Amino acid sequence: MTDVPGTPGTADPGTTGAGGERRTSETLYYARRNPKLLIGASIVLLLLGIGLIGPLFIDHGPNQYIGPQSTPPSGEYWLGTTSFGQDVWAQFVHGLRSTFLTGTLGGGIAFLIGTTVGFVAGYKGGIVDEILNMLTNVVLVLPGMVVLIVAVAYLDVRGLVVQALFIGLTSWPWAARAVRSQTLSLASRDYVDLARLSGRRTWRIITSELAPNMSSYLVMSFILLFGGAVLIAAGLDFIGLGPAGGVSLGLMLESAVAWSALQLGLWWWFIPPGAGITLLVGSMYILNVGLDEVFNPKLREL
Amino acid sequence: MWRYIGRKLGIYGITFVVAVTINWMIPRFMPGDPVRSMLSRASVSDPEALERMTAYYNEVFGLDTPLHQQYFAFWAGLFRGDLGVSVWLYPEPVVDIILRHVPFTLGLLLPAIILSWIIGNRLGAFAARSKVLDNTVLPIGYILTATPYMWLALLLAWALGVVGGFFPTAGGYSFALTPSWTWGFFTNLVSHWFLPFLSMFVVALGGWAIGMRNMIIYELEADYSNYLQALGAPRRLIRRYAFRNAMLPQITGLAVQLGTIIAGALLTEVVFNYPGLGTLILNSLNNNDFFLLQGIFLFVVVGVLIANFIIDIVYVLVDPRTRVRMTGGAS
Repeated sequence: MTDVPGTPGTADPGTTGAGGERRTSETLYYARRNPKLLIGASIVLLLLGIGLIGPLFIDHGPNQYIGPQSTPPSGEYWLGTTSFGQDVWAQFVHGLRSTFLTGTLGGGIAFLIGTTVGFVAGYKGGIVDEILNMLTNVVLVLPGMVVLIVAVAYLDVRGLVVQALFIGLTSWPWAARAVRSQTLSLASRDYVDLARLSGRRTWRIITSELAPNMSSYLVMSFILLFGGAVLIAAGLDFIGLGPAGGVSLGLMLESAVAWSALQLGLWWWFIPPGAGITLLVGSMYILNVGLDEVFNPKLREL
Repeated sequence: MWRYIGRKLGIYGITFVVAVTINWMIPRFMPGDPVRSMLSRASVSDPEALERMTAYYNEVFGLDTPLHQQYFAFWAGLFRGDLGVSVWLYPEPVVDIILRHVPFTLGLLLPAIILSWIIGNRLGAFAARSKVLDNTVLPIGYILTATPYMWLALLLAWALGVVGGFFPTAGGYSFALTPSWTWGFFTNLVSHWFLPFLSMFVVALGGWAIGMRNMIIYELEADYSNYLQALGAPRRLIRRYAFRNAMLPQITGLAVQLGTIIAGALLTEVVFNYPGLGTLILNSLNNNDFFLLQGIFLFVVVGVLIANFIIDIVYVLVDPRTRVRMTGGAS
């Protein structure tokens, strides 16, 4: 979830500039011919579609006991039923929906905090940089998951939004670091100096001069944060700290283990949720590599 | 070099203080009375025992004293090595319980981290810039990093344990055996250890392979690689230089990834019911044993800080630039 997939700072932020329209068409040209981008994006979109539209076609709730118990996948129950007679497909579809939600919310909050801290630290420099950098390092060293476990354990009401908020609050540091180092290299460019001389506010300079010039980098950071948030949420759900009474792919895994699906051989109960998470996050990572190749001329395969 | 280590130590010190403060704050600032909710949910049936426990925990929390006194009392207890008494296993101190479980977690973590790092790096370096390998290692690597630790553990437990029957799928050793220094016990221990180790190793492997591949490609673009190539140096030699340069960010990556890997170990243990800290966390959650939970939290944080420090020292020793500065040469 951190700096491993895809982007070891190789994106070169300075190459934008003249000829915006030509550049867009060039980006599109490479995007259409990049198999990683296409495959990754289509799998993500497919899963998103299932998560959005799937629940509309199911008229019973995901946790209702509707069918025969422990039946393998069949025409009627696409992914079989649990040992209580719950429809696994219904749980999977609703779970995907909430996975997307946690990913977007948790990743989004982490992205907001991370980029803000990174921009301010990199642009302001001096004592502000020192303090923010210290904060980043401290949060970076703390094992996020364990902090989350302790914090969430004390919560009486566990909801999806609260979970996403906590995930966002702990997983931003590496993004802040990455954005900070990119900002440092941009902050001394002439056009930034010009903007500063013309008396623009710091916030305007960050949003109108710095951010657009590293937009590809920001998009990729968000994707990585999204993937990380999904994995962390699944982990929390798995040890029983998920949203109470909700549905998620991690909760499916938890109940499968709690009711010994392994020993009973109910493979259709625990394989789909994990496969869903892996497929979603994996294709996001591959999509990310594709984006990197499209945006960064150095990495293009010719 | 001493300034470098001093600064790092400073950050770790602050992190420790922050962690302890978080630990102290959470039960006090979350809504509700921590003692009552803990004991009411811990289902203690004997009223006399309940009263004694309530008195004990009220005193430990010291909720009637001012906040700053509570805070300093917390630190004082910490320095005495006193993390409180468990609710779940009532009269037993938290520290003893944790110390009993730590070896299992370490025994899983250390081999998994070190072996996956070494082998993953080799694999990634090997795959970089060779079309066929790159097109297989890269997608597999991404899929592996995207795999939730507990899911791969479940798959392995099911395939190799339940269906295949090659390995036991639960516990740290058979319940029929008592721990002893005999060959039989040792093989039993290893057979229980293997599956959790394997699943952690495999998940961690992908990330290292990808990271190394990306770094090697980056290094092969560098001037020194082009120069060597222009001189007609053999491919192997260029790769070796690139590998040594690419190692450095990977060492830093190890420090960054530690938290994730530890979380993975905890989840893997839960799947296999392996008697390490992960299973202990699950038990303390199920029994609302917050003292145990917080004790584990502190132990993990201290472990992560120590590991980070070791990685820092290794980095200094491995990177010639910091080494030169240390011996007083020109930087």
